[in-house]
Amino acid sequence: MTSRLSQARATLGLLAAVTGFATGAIAAETATAPAAAAPKTFVPPPENAMPDGEFGKIVKQGEQIFLHTRQYAGAFVGNRLDCASCHLDAGRRANSAPMWGAFVAYPAFRTKDGTVNTFAARIQGCFSYSMNGKPPPLGDPVLVALESYAYWLAKGAPVGTKMAGAGYPKLPAPALPADYARGQHVYDARCALCHGADGHGQTSDGRPAFPALWGPDSFNWGAGMHQVGNAAGFIQANMPLSQAWTLSDQDAWDVALFIDSQERPQDPRFAGTVEATRKQFHDTPDSMYGRVVNGHLLGSEKK
Amino acid sequence: MRPLSRSRRLDLAFLCALAGTAGAGHAASVDPQAIAMQGLPPTVPACQACHGPAGEGNLPAGFPRLAGLGRGYLAEQLASFASGKRQSPVMQPIAAGLSTLQQAAMATYYAALAGMAAKAVDADPLPAQAGAWLAARGRWPDDIPACAQCHGASGMGVGESFPPLAGQPAAYLAMQLQAWKHGTRPPGPQSLMATIAMKLTDADIAAVTDYYAALPADGAPPADKGAKP
Repeated sequence: MTSRLSQARATLGLLAAVTGFATGAIAAETATAPAAAAPKTFVPPPENAMPDGEFGKIVKQGEQIFLHTRQYAGAFVGNRLDCASCHLDAGRRANSAPMWGAFVAYPAFRTKDGTVNTFAARIQGCFSYSMNGKPPPLGDPVLVALESYAYWLAKGAPVGTKMAGAGYPKLPAPALPADYARGQHVYDARCALCHGADGHGQTSDGRPAFPALWGPDSFNWGAGMHQVGNAAGFIQANMPLSQAWTLSDQDAWDVALFIDSQERPQDPRFAGTVEATRKQFHDTPDSMYGRVVNGHLLGSEKK
Repeated sequence: MRPLSRSRRLDLAFLCALAGTAGAGHAASVDPQAIAMQGLPPTVPACQACHGPAGEGNLPAGFPRLAGLGRGYLAEQLASFASGKRQSPVMQPIAAGLSTLQQAAMATYYAALAGMAAKAVDADPLPAQAGAWLAARGRWPDDIPACAQCHGASGMGVGESFPPLAGQPAAYLAMQLQAWKHGTRPPGPQSLMATIAMKLTDADIAAVTDYYAALPADGAPPADKGAKP
């Protein structure tokens, strides 16, 4: 909440200065109604408006793959995550990388592979990195169904614009540099209940319930979520479930750094050595890959 | 309204249980099975009188299943019944009649009993099936996650802290949601359930608790439950 609140306060301060209103009274009022400060985000069509007919069948299939990816697209999944693990509310939720925001943002050039990616190629990337699996070939029914589902969710969204609530929010830089030990403290207090002290998630009757945040069943070193800024934004806007925006900017950065400083499956673009791979793909302050944390070179675990 | 008649029934059952165990002797040391079967007269009636000999609960009477629930969860509930933080005229004197050691022993005993013959099945409800939809998909515009996200597919429960919901009596589940709403049950880990319960309407609560109560012990989705559009 902090970021939105401080934004709201700043705006209100300006308003008060302009109009001569008593700032204190207004600030007190906003503190109780912070939701009003949130920008309006796109609303995808309601679930009961899913189309009928042959196309509707594929949209529905896409929704089910999105929710239960291992079950319906297991051949392409190498961990215990589902699309909906990071794209909450079946890809509908703003600030949780919603499909309606992604669908209208492609084709686009990506530094990740130095080419223009279509939306289909972008989904393929999710399977390679976030799902630590294999990309479904172009035209594969899994890919077609996921594209159809995203297309339907984006009905009425403006093509080619950066929509409010698309992707994950960019948090302001933390007051103090993100810190592993403080992050662990936040993790133990707010995350371990569901994701486990070991970060490996929890299962229910053998099915993944809470996703693994690191370890062999989580996303790999090439996934967007391994970048501390992405994780911090996702976490603050969505975690813990039902308590979005309750972590401060500092807490979100700290805990994101802690989570992204754990070992996970190798980057599929591995360039022979960790050092070379870092240089080629991870040479940013946002990536812990190839850095030494607690005496361990991240990315060096053989898997 | 449901909660009232439910608590009447609970009181009645409590009295019956008391009468039934009044003659039994005092247990000398902590023997959880003996407490479960015979109680600790005169304050503590046999648990099985309400919760069943195998801790299976009593669906028509609204007594929850205890078998197979998390040990930590059960221990915490006994402690908060005893302190009165989780308000229950029935369970308060019973829990308070158990020493801390006895509470821990009962929690361990019931956690170790076989739970349901669990088989988690991912539900794919229609939006018009209000209870099933809330359970499987939540209502995210109000920041309400799907129940299944924490309690598992088919409500089988997850780990120590997220108890199973499937096959628990609807009236019991509804009472708990109302208790969180009205502050008569501690908010639980990280206040997750209190936060969520505040956002649920009475209609939500009725729909979602009916849905979970109707889930059979084998976890298969109930046939033809809920409205068809």
